[in-house]
Amino acid sequence: MTLAAVLVLAVGTYAFRLAGPLLRDRLSLPPRVRELLSTSATVLLVALVATSSLMKGQHLAGWALPLGVLVGGLAAWRKAPFVLVVVLAAATTAGLRLLGL
Amino acid sequence: MRSIWRTLDPRLLRDVSAVAAGAAVNGASFGAISVAVGLPWWMPLVMSVLVFGGGSQFMAVGIVAAGGSPAAAVLAGLVLNARHLPFGLAVGDVLGRSWAARLVGSHLMIDETVAFALAQRDPARARAAYWSCGVALFFAWNIAVVGGALAGQAIGDPATFGLDAAFPAAMLALVLPALKDRATLRAAVVGAVIALATTPFLPPGVPVLLALGGLVATIRRRSEVAV
Repeated sequence: MTLAAVLVLAVGTYAFRLAGPLLRDRLSLPPRVRELLSTSATVLLVALVATSSLMKGQHLAGWALPLGVLVGGLAAWRKAPFVLVVVLAAATTAGLRLLGL
Repeated sequence: MRSIWRTLDPRLLRDVSAVAAGAAVNGASFGAISVAVGLPWWMPLVMSVLVFGGGSQFMAVGIVAAGGSPAAAVLAGLVLNARHLPFGLAVGDVLGRSWAARLVGSHLMIDETVAFALAQRDPARARAAYWSCGVALFFAWNIAVVGGALAGQAIGDPATFGLDAAFPAAMLALVLPALKDRATLRAAVVGAVIALATTPFLPPGVPVLLALGGLVATIRRRSEVAV
C-alpha cells in the first residue's frame, strides 16, 4: 500500500459521497422519485446484511455467522433493545464457533 | 448545529455507542493486520482518517498483502465504495443545508450513519442520528486503528468474538421498520437474492450495487395499484 494509492482511494470515495447530496440539491425531484431513492438505500443495506451474514468473500460463510445474525434479527423483530440485538448476535456466533460449528 | 445536540436522547446515544464499540474492535484489528503485513504504523491511520470506509480499507490492504498491485487495491476499494452515491441521493437532505455541513457530513457517510438516519421518524431526529453516529464512529474507528497498529499481534481476530455478526445484525435491526412497507420489503428481498446469487462470480461491491435491480419490483407493483 503506497501513500499515493491511499490518496486516490480517499479522493474517489469522497467524490462518491459528496455527489449524492450535491446532485440532490441541483435537481428538484418529484416525491415519487424521492421515495424511490429512500427505498434504494434500504435495498442496498438489506443486500449488505444478506451478503455479510451468508457469505465470507465469494464463498458461503458456514453456520455460525448466519445463525448469529438470525438470532439478532429475531430479537430485533420482537422489539428487543438495539444493544441486546447486537450483543446476542455476536455472542451466538462466538458461542457456536467455540463449539466448533 | 446546536439543535442536533438537543435532539439527542439517551436511547439514541446508547445505540450509537454499541455500534461504535463494535467499530472500535474492528478498527483495532485493521490497525494490527496492516502492521502485520508490513505497513508503517501511521499508514493505517492516514488511510482510516482519509478513506473512513472499513470494508474498502480491509480489502485494499488485503489485496496488497496477497501480492496485488496498489492500483488493483484502489480499484477494488472504489467499486466497494460506489454504493455511497445512491446513499447520498437518499439521505442528502439529512446532512444539513450549509456547505460546511455538506462537506464534512459527506465524509461521515457510511453504512451505519445511513442506516441510523433512515431508521428515524422525523428529519430532526434523522439529522441528530446521522451526525452523532458519524462523529462517534469516526473517533472510535480512528483511535482504535492507532491502538491496534501499536499493539500489533496482541489483538486477536474479531471473528472469535462474533463481531462479524454484530455488523449485519445492527444493520438489520435498523432497516427492519422500513421493511413494514410491502413494496420496500419486496424490493429488498429481490435485491438480496440478486446480490447473493452474483457474489460467487463478481468482484466484491458489485453484487450489492446490482441489488438495486430489486427496485423494479416496487415500480411494477405501484403502477398496478395506480391502474
